[in-house]
Amino acid sequence: MSVTVEQPDTTKRRPPGRGRSRHEGVGRLAAYLVSPSLLVLGLVIGYPIVSALRLSFVKSIEGIDPDTGLITRTSAFSLENYTNIFKGDTGAVFWNAFWNTTTFTVVTVVIETTIGVCMALIMNKAFRGRGLVRASILVPWAIPTAISALLWRWIFAADGVANDVLHANVLWTTEGFQAWLAVVIADTWKTAPFIGLLVLAGMQVIPAEVYEAAKVDGASGWRTFWRITLPLVKPALVVAVLFRMLDVLRMFDLPFVLIGPHKASVETLSILSWYEMNNLRFGPAAAYSTVLFIYVAVVAYVFVRVLGADIVGRGIERSR
Amino acid sequence: MRGRRGSSVSVAVLSTLTLVAGVAGCGGDDGGGGTSAKPGTFDGKGAITWATGKDTSGYIKSALDTWNKDHPNEQVRLIELPEAADAQRQQLIQNAQTKSDAYTIVSTDVVWTAEFAANGWIEQLPEDAFPMDKMLKPAIETAKYFNKLYAAPWRTNGGLLFYRKDLLAAAGVTEAPKTWDEMKQACQKVQAKNPGIGCYAGQLEKYEGLTVNFSEAVQSAGGVVVDDQGKPNVNTPEAKQGLDFLAQGLSSGVIPKDAITYKEEEGRRAFQDGKLIFHRQWPYQYALANATDGSSKVSGKFAVAPLPGLSGPGKSSLGGLNLAISKFGKNKGTALEFIKFITSEDEEKVQLEKTSEAPVYTDLYDDPGLQQKFPYLPMLKASVENAAARPRVVKYGDTTLAIQEEAYAALTGKKTSDQALKDLQSKLESIVGK
Repeated sequence: MSVTVEQPDTTKRRPPGRGRSRHEGVGRLAAYLVSPSLLVLGLVIGYPIVSALRLSFVKSIEGIDPDTGLITRTSAFSLENYTNIFKGDTGAVFWNAFWNTTTFTVVTVVIETTIGVCMALIMNKAFRGRGLVRASILVPWAIPTAISALLWRWIFAADGVANDVLHANVLWTTEGFQAWLAVVIADTWKTAPFIGLLVLAGMQVIPAEVYEAAKVDGASGWRTFWRITLPLVKPALVVAVLFRMLDVLRMFDLPFVLIGPHKASVETLSILSWYEMNNLRFGPAAAYSTVLFIYVAVVAYVFVRVLGADIVGRGIERSR
Repeated sequence: MRGRRGSSVSVAVLSTLTLVAGVAGCGGDDGGGGTSAKPGTFDGKGAITWATGKDTSGYIKSALDTWNKDHPNEQVRLIELPEAADAQRQQLIQNAQTKSDAYTIVSTDVVWTAEFAANGWIEQLPEDAFPMDKMLKPAIETAKYFNKLYAAPWRTNGGLLFYRKDLLAAAGVTEAPKTWDEMKQACQKVQAKNPGIGCYAGQLEKYEGLTVNFSEAVQSAGGVVVDDQGKPNVNTPEAKQGLDFLAQGLSSGVIPKDAITYKEEEGRRAFQDGKLIFHRQWPYQYALANATDGSSKVSGKFAVAPLPGLSGPGKSSLGGLNLAISKFGKNKGTALEFIKFITSEDEEKVQLEKTSEAPVYTDLYDDPGLQQKFPYLPMLKASVENAAARPRVVKYGDTTLAIQEEAYAALTGKKTSDQALKDLQSKLESIVGK
């Protein structure tokens, strides 16, 4: 959201006494002017969040009328939806999904960042056919996740291309490490270009003089990369990594379509929430979503704190 | 300056949030079933809608044209839902949760009846409105909940054993096997001449198809998953023999290892590529595997038979669609009349000819004209007449997942059949609450 209202700097020309009320008037006007957008944001973001939060505390108790077979349902506010998540069998399922979500995030983001930076380095070079290379690197990113998951399912089928190329007979979509690996491969294929694209944008604003100076000083290509490219591209890179992390933490469609629902080796937190909702248990579904929401928020906060990710564009001001 | 602007902005945000919180607080979420279970009155006449899966063949449109021409004041409008059953269910449930009158007639999968009826989303229907004596008994059962009719049977479906009659004949086997042992023996004879070909496959990937195949194996060995009273009963020797047929089949190689990843389409590819001798499949494969455009290597080389069992013919799981009337729809009188029309024997015959969807009328399976066009009809009749419905429980989603979890664990060797069935029994008991 970048709704900023620049106030005309009129205070200096006015007597100090009147300036204050004038200032307040302008501030109020600004508030009125942004209120429509805030209202819209409140309705499409605020309302669902608050409503989901409220729902997550609603515990519904169901019974079946022994004569008619109809469901009787009463509901009450309770913490049970949350406590149930961590208890017994559901607890095991939850921690497994939590583990999957976390390992997916760490592993895919590390691989994607490495490959993405390499892609950006290639795309940033001036050579013949550069346009073609850029376009082809970006193709995976342009394909919707569900479609790419279907494509990869063909590749990872028992009689698919992957087994043909490897001369192996791996059953990729069955439970086990190979299913997890298949998701990592497909996700990397699809989203490394995203990091590549953002990093490329960061690289293109690095002035050529810096590189020329490095060359004059006799710095090696490797040293130039570590000492010049990487530090200067860091603000863009950190934002790209943050976006990817937030994206992977709520991963749903890729494991769901590629491997299938209810496969413990690739079940993520969003899939748990989907399953509860699909079985009309909206309270527990909202509780799962809230737990995921908190997890994402904590990761984002820590990340911003530790790496100083600059998501609101303050860094540009600072460097000026 | 930044501080002041910030504070007025945050005030605005806060007030917006309080506002929406208030709105959210107003919305109630106490849905749930009604209190009565009697057939509704069906007297309102007028325009209605019918929400059903995608009309891929164009048959539904032509049927609607016929009806709409005769009933200018009771027009039926088609609302096409997504092709995937899960997505259809989701949309129907959303519609019911908001008590919307957008849908009058809804097509319900045979396994949804209990859930929809118990939640009070669909009307109980009068049994005398339909010629039930002419319909397949198991198909009617899928439309009932607590012994009351909640939907009209419309399309049915049963499993068939597709087999390579050319290979069997070459190996000197003249008849399709009726038991699992006969099938395995036939395979040995065929495999002696054709090394590398797989014996049997079904749908064993962890999804709804596994529930179908597991239930079939259990039933075909004389067991049940959930009995007539709605009580789970899978911790039995019969169920174990059924599950062992699949689990030992996989470990001994009777069922190829790849088959654990097969859904309908993967299995069909394998059968059409000539990699399987026997294949448990729905009738739709018949036309596709017989295609002469080069897509199938087994065109004209296979035949179908009823599913085999432990000591005699097997017992298929039933698929299909029923038609129900939404509790929240308008003009239910027209809706009932239209359902009578579209599920009539004449219409079902047209539907079979145009879409190859299996009808619910016994007579149509014996029609010589239809048999010529669909040679598998006599076998399909034998399959559906002897078939059993999948567990009819309100929490079907949890039930099918429990079955999938435990059956898959047994098939992949994570658990013994005994352990899997014991765990399944306790899971099902806690789901059904009995």
